[in-house]
Amino acid sequence: MEQLIQQVASGLANGAIYACVALALVMIFVSTSHINFAQGEMAMFSTYLSWQLIQWGVGYWPAFVIAVLVSFVGGVLIERTILRPLHTAPILSVVVVFIGLLAVFNSVAGTIWSYLIKEYPSPFPKEALDLAGLIGAHQVGVVIVTLVVLSALYVFFRYTPLGLAMRAAAQNPVSARLAGVRVDSMLALGWGLAAAVGAVAGMMVAHIVYLEPNMMGGILLYAFAGALLGGITNPGGAVLGGFMVGVLENLVAFFGNVIEKQTGVYIIGNGEKLTVALIIVICVLTLKPSGLFGRVVVTRV
Amino acid sequence: MTTASPADTAAHESVATPVSTSVTSGASDRWAWGLVAVGIIIPLLGYVVPDIVSDYRLFLMSTMMIYAIAVLGLNLLTGFNGQISLGHGAFYGVGAYTAAILMDKVGMPYWTLLPIVAVVCFVIGFLFGLPALRLEGIYLALATFALALAVPQMLKYRWLEDLTGGVQGIVLLKPEPPFGLPLSEDQWLYYYCLIVMVILYWAAANLLRGRSGRAMMAIRDHSMAASTMGIDVARYKTITFGISAAYTGVAGALSASAIAFVAPDSFGFFLSISLLIGLVVGGVASLAGSVIGGIFTVLVQNSSQSLSNFVKSDLGLPFDLSPYSVYGILLIVLMYVMPTGIAGGVAIAWRRLRR
Repeated sequence: MEQLIQQVASGLANGAIYACVALALVMIFVSTSHINFAQGEMAMFSTYLSWQLIQWGVGYWPAFVIAVLVSFVGGVLIERTILRPLHTAPILSVVVVFIGLLAVFNSVAGTIWSYLIKEYPSPFPKEALDLAGLIGAHQVGVVIVTLVVLSALYVFFRYTPLGLAMRAAAQNPVSARLAGVRVDSMLALGWGLAAAVGAVAGMMVAHIVYLEPNMMGGILLYAFAGALLGGITNPGGAVLGGFMVGVLENLVAFFGNVIEKQTGVYIIGNGEKLTVALIIVICVLTLKPSGLFGRVVVTRV
Repeated sequence: MTTASPADTAAHESVATPVSTSVTSGASDRWAWGLVAVGIIIPLLGYVVPDIVSDYRLFLMSTMMIYAIAVLGLNLLTGFNGQISLGHGAFYGVGAYTAAILMDKVGMPYWTLLPIVAVVCFVIGFLFGLPALRLEGIYLALATFALALAVPQMLKYRWLEDLTGGVQGIVLLKPEPPFGLPLSEDQWLYYYCLIVMVILYWAAANLLRGRSGRAMMAIRDHSMAASTMGIDVARYKTITFGISAAYTGVAGALSASAIAFVAPDSFGFFLSISLLIGLVVGGVASLAGSVIGGIFTVLVQNSSQSLSNFVKSDLGLPFDLSPYSVYGILLIVLMYVMPTGIAGGVAIAWRRLRR
């Protein structure tokens, strides 16, 4: 039983990471209806920036803030220069551009900082956040940071005029433009926010998986699954979905181990946990196609 | 659809924009047969100019044809039926392993395998198409993404190790020329791939020209309108999934013969993405585009290193540009210049020139 709780707790900690990246995916999806496959690599790049700043003697939190701001500007620039001209291109062409971006970010990071694995510091004090050894201090910190980011975004979208304009631009671009919202700027802003949220996720995850150019590969998939499970149009749902995927993945491995211990028959091990978790997610999606908390869309024909 | 927002319509938007409305016309038919004739002659040039048409180059061209078949399969599904797949590498892998197991464990000769592989992959694709009926757009992308991850893991699965050889994979023999034909192994492989590709291309062109093809495209363009006109959407979608998987599986079986080796990790997500890139770069909803996509995939894999060296030494850039980033930049630039792929770009350029 204690093991089970431990697995759930560490699942929640992993889930916080997925939730953070899922949040970044949702940011871009609601404003442009694209899934940004380069999101993970962008986050990785921001993390390297902050690592470099820390190496140069900047403190952790100043480096954190600078990296988030630089990522925001970078996201806006990418939207303006690379994606704007592809406004009318077919979706698949945009997907290929994302894959191109992924390759560029990955290899540029590898060229500048090499592919060697680097340690990345954790900003959270060990003693203050210890929960009876169930879950590490950093993990607790990650969960808190994710929730803070989510609430900040919620407040931004719910209570600020800019947030309202962004929602309007995403929901009905034509009418929003008629009402005086600068829809194009809102798209760029969405990209900037996504890059900033992604940077936060990257800096949180780097302590756990260590810093290297490929560190976000698997995480992006989990985040994608989490975002879809929770409902890709709903930031809160996506965060919850991320947590659920994290817990689900650990539970699958846990019960696989239990079965093997009890009966001696190997069915599911660590190698298959990702597949099984994904199959469960897809089964849920076939039953509820717009995710657990997503808005059900009715299109007029 | 009148006032739906992009976020609303995203899941329902069709992924593909057709390059042209007619699949093939009389003129392009003549072109196609001309190209086949050129394809038959190329290896024979090896006797005249052995330095240019070496066995290695013939082997590369065989892999181009294999990829072309795989991309063609993906195109039937994504380009002509509007169902996106990020996981066609899985069917490629299943095809390759089916062929390898039948050759290695059952001892069947390589030339009897393709129909069996096609049937196996058709069934798997058809079955996968059933849950896919409920999923569209990005949701289908996730499901097929999962498939791309699951298949290499299943191939390494402990209970299947006796059959699949686990991580080590299976070592095979290269096909030998039949009837004592005076051909080298690579020459024969080239002809073998050429024959299979021509047959499959011809079959796909005929399929698309007929009633079923029109139904497939009608579903892509507007599935609700298609079903009102009496098209059985579910049936066509699942069967298209099966046919598409069969094409890609046959390509995988050919690759198993060509490389004479299969291992689980060569059928991972990267392969699926390469096929998707081949599809988009070549031309979505264009049969000729699939062949271009196959050529592109192999060319890029083999020449980004030299391109990267060229950028570094000949253009004298002060920094190192790794092959992977050359690849990425190439993709972005290509999509800039030709958003509908090479086939689409060429078609547009041709129309402008003729005017």
